[in-house]
Amino acid sequence: MILPKIKVLKSHGWQYIPDLNNVTLTEEFRGRVELSETSDMSDVEAAAKICPTQAITTVPFSLDMGRCLFCGECALRAPRNIRFTNDYKIGSTSREALIVTPQTKSVDFHQQNVRKEIPKLFGRALKLRQVSAAGDASVEMELNATGNVNFDFGRYGVEFVASPRHADGVVITGPISKSMAEPLDICFKAIPDPKIVIVCGSEAISGGLYAQSKAVDRSFLEKYHVDLWLPGTPTHPMTFIDGVMNLIGLKKR
Amino acid sequence: MIYYITDNRNQAIHLREIPEVDYAALYEDLKERLTQEQYHVAHYFARPEEQKLRFYLILLDDATAQIMISSFSMEYYEDIALPSLTALHPALHPFEREITELYNVEFDSMPWNKPLRFAFNRRNRNSTIDNYPFYTIEGESLHEVNVGPIHAGIIEPGAFRFICNGENVLHLEIALGYQHRGVENEFTATDNRLRQMLLSESIAGDSAVSHGVAFAMAMEKLSGKKADENLERERTVALELERMAMHIADTGALCTDVGYQLGQVACEALRTMTINTTQAWCGNRFGKGLIRPSGTNKPLTKEKVEMIRQNVAQIKRRYNEVREDIKTSASLLARYEQCGNVPKQEMQRIGGVGMAARASGVSRDIRSSHPYLAYGTELKHESIIKRQGDVMARLMVRCREVLQSADYIEQILSNYTPAESHLPDYDSPLKEESISIALMEGWRGEICHVAITDKEGKIETYKIKDPSLHNWLALALAVRGEGISDFPINNKSFNLSYCGHDL
Repeated sequence: MILPKIKVLKSHGWQYIPDLNNVTLTEEFRGRVELSETSDMSDVEAAAKICPTQAITTVPFSLDMGRCLFCGECALRAPRNIRFTNDYKIGSTSREALIVTPQTKSVDFHQQNVRKEIPKLFGRALKLRQVSAAGDASVEMELNATGNVNFDFGRYGVEFVASPRHADGVVITGPISKSMAEPLDICFKAIPDPKIVIVCGSEAISGGLYAQSKAVDRSFLEKYHVDLWLPGTPTHPMTFIDGVMNLIGLKKR
Repeated sequence: MIYYITDNRNQAIHLREIPEVDYAALYEDLKERLTQEQYHVAHYFARPEEQKLRFYLILLDDATAQIMISSFSMEYYEDIALPSLTALHPALHPFEREITELYNVEFDSMPWNKPLRFAFNRRNRNSTIDNYPFYTIEGESLHEVNVGPIHAGIIEPGAFRFICNGENVLHLEIALGYQHRGVENEFTATDNRLRQMLLSESIAGDSAVSHGVAFAMAMEKLSGKKADENLERERTVALELERMAMHIADTGALCTDVGYQLGQVACEALRTMTINTTQAWCGNRFGKGLIRPSGTNKPLTKEKVEMIRQNVAQIKRRYNEVREDIKTSASLLARYEQCGNVPKQEMQRIGGVGMAARASGVSRDIRSSHPYLAYGTELKHESIIKRQGDVMARLMVRCREVLQSADYIEQILSNYTPAESHLPDYDSPLKEESISIALMEGWRGEICHVAITDKEGKIETYKIKDPSLHNWLALALAVRGEGISDFPINNKSFNLSYCGHDL
């Protein structure tokens, strides 16, 4: 019947975010970390001790957002030294750029690392094949959300496709379980050249909680060049959108 | 006495209290008992204990809220096969398969003794996931369709093998294990309770709050530091928010898969609003960071209570409009009704749990049968039951549960006064040589966490059961006789977890 549909439409209204370059997340969101050194670093030592993924180094003071699970417990123990901001622009082409020091005021995208052909070929349309390799479904749902009615990343021609043959690159989530190592490799080989690799979520970047597990096999990341690292547990849709837009030359951070 | 009897609110139990019986006695008892609807097995696993392999079986009595625990042992390398309980009660198949996979214990006349998840510590290393022994049927008119492990959308991996007669599915077999990360082992490899807490939030990311609550409850029973009343109410609100978000997401997914875009986008927007509500509370859209043992870093403030109440009221109103629309759209009903039917008797035999079981008329709901948190006290929970057992019934259970959850959140928050809260407890010693059992009802269904400590109070064994462990078989049965093109809506109507199963 038509009446209920009109009601749904009316309540639904307009949902899309008009400008993806101009989004502010809630203050509660835990994104980029800011560090400050103090003369007494005992709080940081306590925070480093409890950090579940050993993301914090005390000397010299740094925090690796590629290992960080953004639980925020360190900031509660060392409030003078560690603060989570709501800045979601935390992706980079450089793995090292994810390591935050007291000097870091924003995450450097390292634009110079982007291969020349990427913006040229993919700037107007980028089709990606996602492979979940023991991801816990939260990163996967956030990637789905990038195409939903709110974020609508499809407006820039960035979409996920079913077949690797139709794809320009792969988005990997999860610590990469042993059982998924081979399927991932087969899928990546099926993507025509030139192709890109995006590693999405702290678990994929560093193995996260499963870095030491005997059930994972992370050799893929040693074998292939990674074009974009996107931290988060899970990676927020805006982190993904910002990272990819920088990668394909739609914006400069 | 074959069983030690406790309930879901009791403390951890010393291992010596758990009766150690003969397998034959337990087998005889279960043979009879499991024919009654009120009983089902929540967990059944083995672990090395000194020179022996000790098996623990946790039985739930839905009628009396009792948790009944029993155990038996055998020598390593003892060359006898235990008579299989699966042969009588198929519901036990995942447990017996896991025991065989990890310890090489054989079950006599076990009908479906296939590897469960190809765990890294399995006994038979020659058995690998790429040579999973799929069932086959000979016949010239039949063909096989293989799907996975990588699927078409952005979802987790698993391998599906269909045997089809023309367009119709004769048989579906689901091979899982691609997501195996060794979660249970990681729990015992560390003493850092924060790390263990985060592990529990990663068991299934779409149930981070549910598994988080189960872990926190298991720890609180061992440390004796109970959550206070306000914290219990906050956790209940977080759980019901998670239930709402996922049921709305799946309503949208069911619309997507029949090409109904209005329902899809309306639900996408409503899910965004729900998880953004959780994010505004705790900083994470999936509620990671919200649940912590014996305390919280994110207590509800007056402003947050108002924010949640307002959002939930709006989501409820708008979602109800979507529900009315679906119910009055003939083209949708034509796809959902009488599709993927799992009759009650079958659902019960395979041990289905949660909302999928309730859609088939099996009244399994830990919130009412084994109350915890605010259920059974402040909230008098009544399960939503449908009888048809088809895609439509599963959708309607979801729809009604969203509205019910919204009511529960409003009921709790309308007379909620923020009070002094405790910080999380990561240091309290745990009771030594004890077993702690935490049961809770996630949005998919029954979650059971079992922690066993050693002489120093360290976690020596951690066992996790996600509802998906039981319900994957229900999906396989649902599609029998259906057109293969109806697989997606059946799949979405269950929306089971791969990582929760594979661990």
